[in-house]
Amino acid sequence: MHLLRFIGGRLIKGVIVLIAIATLNFFLIRAAPGDPASVMAGEAGAADAEFLRQLREQFGLDRPLYEQLWIYLTDILTLDLGFSYRQGRPVIELIADRLPATLLLTGAAFVFSLVLGVILGVLAARRAGKWSDSAITTGALFFYAMPLFWIALMSQIIFSLWLGWLPNVGFETIGAGYTGLRRALDIGTHLILPATTLGLFFTALYARMMRAAMLEISGADFVKTARAKGVHEGRIVRRHIARNAILPVVTLAGLQAGQIVGGAVLTETVFGWPGIGRLMFEALAQRDYQVLLGVFFVSSAMVVLFNLITDVVYRVADPRIEVGR
Amino acid sequence: MSEKILARAVATTAIAFLMTVGAVGSVHHAQAQGEPTRGGTVQLAVTPEPPGLMLGLMQNGPTQMIAGNIYESLLRYDTDLTPQPSLAESWEISDDELTYTFKLRENVKWHDGEDFTADDVMFSLDVFLREVHPRWRPTVNAQVASIEKTGDYEIQITLNEPFEPLLLSFEVGTTPMIPRHIYEGTDYRANPMNATPIGTGPMKFVEWSRGSYVHLQRFEDYYLDNQPYIDEVYYRFIPDAASRAVAYETGTVDVLTGGSVEIFDVPRLAALPNTCVTTDGWEIFSPHAWVALNVREGALAEKSFRQGLMHAIDREFARDVVWSGYGTIANSPISSRTRFHSEDLPEYAYDPDRARELIAESGYDGETLEFLVLPYGETWTRWAEATRQNLEDVGVSVNLVTTDVAGWSERVGNFNFQMTHNFLYQYGDPALGVSRSYVSTNIVEGNPFSNVMGYANEEVDRLFAEAANAPAEERPALYQEVQEILVDELPVLWMVEMDFPTVYRCDLQDFITTAIGVNDAFRDAWLQQ
Repeated sequence: MHLLRFIGGRLIKGVIVLIAIATLNFFLIRAAPGDPASVMAGEAGAADAEFLRQLREQFGLDRPLYEQLWIYLTDILTLDLGFSYRQGRPVIELIADRLPATLLLTGAAFVFSLVLGVILGVLAARRAGKWSDSAITTGALFFYAMPLFWIALMSQIIFSLWLGWLPNVGFETIGAGYTGLRRALDIGTHLILPATTLGLFFTALYARMMRAAMLEISGADFVKTARAKGVHEGRIVRRHIARNAILPVVTLAGLQAGQIVGGAVLTETVFGWPGIGRLMFEALAQRDYQVLLGVFFVSSAMVVLFNLITDVVYRVADPRIEVGR
Repeated sequence: MSEKILARAVATTAIAFLMTVGAVGSVHHAQAQGEPTRGGTVQLAVTPEPPGLMLGLMQNGPTQMIAGNIYESLLRYDTDLTPQPSLAESWEISDDELTYTFKLRENVKWHDGEDFTADDVMFSLDVFLREVHPRWRPTVNAQVASIEKTGDYEIQITLNEPFEPLLLSFEVGTTPMIPRHIYEGTDYRANPMNATPIGTGPMKFVEWSRGSYVHLQRFEDYYLDNQPYIDEVYYRFIPDAASRAVAYETGTVDVLTGGSVEIFDVPRLAALPNTCVTTDGWEIFSPHAWVALNVREGALAEKSFRQGLMHAIDREFARDVVWSGYGTIANSPISSRTRFHSEDLPEYAYDPDRARELIAESGYDGETLEFLVLPYGETWTRWAEATRQNLEDVGVSVNLVTTDVAGWSERVGNFNFQMTHNFLYQYGDPALGVSRSYVSTNIVEGNPFSNVMGYANEEVDRLFAEAANAPAEERPALYQEVQEILVDELPVLWMVEMDFPTVYRCDLQDFITTAIGVNDAFRDAWLQQ
């Protein structure tokens, strides 16, 4: 019961946070100079006053600000995220179109980075001081420090151009007309480069964190007791050391999961991946207010949700932590 | 194309080369080899992704590139700007130059199967485009007295006074033919058919996967026998310039449209096998780049100061280094590719000493001028930096300010700038694309393509107005006069007539053959099998 009450309370707080964020975003994006009509005029290479007036009228920009805000907030409560006049489609359709691609990418990156990071961290801790440990920690430092777009471009050049093993851009092979399993495999090969690029940064983080936590816990009293009792080394590592060391990694993983919607903009841009991060970035350049607000809203909701999930996972991973008291 | 077709194409080309000892690939047109063959898929990279494909409502660059193959207008233009038949199979101009009669093709169908008739032309020119198109609107409201349907397949346009440039207005981006049966009586911008555009063009719309591609397919009932030759066309949206170049190299895309490839990358890509580069296909647009000056107040209000700036900027360097050798030095408000360009004008050579003299003469007090960087890519930023260096060398203090596209449009449109780069299209005739920048009646807020400099000269206004409606043989002298005045007064500093090279596979034949190039390429293009 405690748990359910805890979750309920957090959800209510989450809704309040979301409304505050939506209002703040509403004003924040209008602080930038220019509006969607001036962007369209700039892209057309020709415009006259009538053209701009027609666009502004169509976009609803000629109505007073508080009216626009009120309409927006009441619409959100019914999950109506508005209409993009520039693209001529409801925002929720635009987001629904692109969200699965992003979730696929960030989900794959998440699983990849978590699995690889934990394994590498355990390996590095077990072989602390040896050359394999140095190799792993140096590699982690490299991928942590290198800018994401550089890794993305380099991996395209190496794996697509020079080796020809993997495709460099896109979600799937356009025009090939694959279906079913063949299509899933095609998407999979297109997914490899972007997901690993996105995941390598967090792999580095998890590896370092896991290694440090494990080394610390290896010296703890209960571990010495287990060894003295004659427990098999592998069992000690799995059941005692790793299970405890994983807690800080869960915190970090919760943070990464929160970025599952908005955190892949660079990767999506360089790999031409049709995701929601790119939608947001392009909407910003185009001053497409409704799309921007919609994407911010979905992003914020994801962060709130994953923070909650992380806290619940904590309780499962570590029974010492009480939630909802 | 799949790798198999690419490999075969490369092999065929290699054999042809060995057999004919002709040059294939490299920086020139591909020579058409034999009869057109049907079939094949072409993938093009276009950037950025357009907001929509309904060409009547929006004329963004990418929209024109894609939708120019879906829609058509009455005429097409070859690279000399000579009108060719399109939906109009012939036309006549009366002796007094006031009445234009167009005979339309009779076996044309819209993509949804309906017949194309003079009613569609009437609706497009007289109703739809008159209301929404920013370039047809001024022409039809100021110059056209009436548009009449004189037969099921014939229309007549009557002018108030002679207006020679009318015949250049029937390009698909300026006057696309709109299906009356879909748009008449509806709210044009809210019409759901905007999502699936219907035209008479060689390619019909199939699908738009947002963020990924637009898919067009051969329109089987196209009125030209056996055409179009290509089966499928995909326009890919790849936001990063380096990724686009890699996509071309790996064979994922076959064409890098003008503007989608960084200018400094073009020489490297041109050296690849089976790669052709051309700067053709932009003759109607003739992008003309200049430094716009806000001449309302301050140092920039002095003519001698502006002339000093013109002498101070090294345009050869700009063309050779910043633009990697692409482009022509611009010496006039009228591009050398546009009608009535004059070679007989005073020139401003790169001369820092003369610049310093003129700047001192103007009484420049050392005020720092703000230069707004045009946010269209790295090359423009480099150019702004080079310009700043040129000006600082002659003692003018310059500060660079950056913003994004929306911010730039807003600032320039509302005259909130001192100096900035800009480039505009000329549309083939000074009355269509040049005068709008220099006449005082076009000082309007909110539009970055108007007379943002605030330049007002009655003589210039009069000359442009007269030249627009003068009989053909009188126009050259009038434009010569106005060019002389503008070159002396320098409301803007003309820099470079720009080239936007298109990079494409050489086995794509008859690809860039018109004055708008890629925009309507797929009527005639074919793949060497």
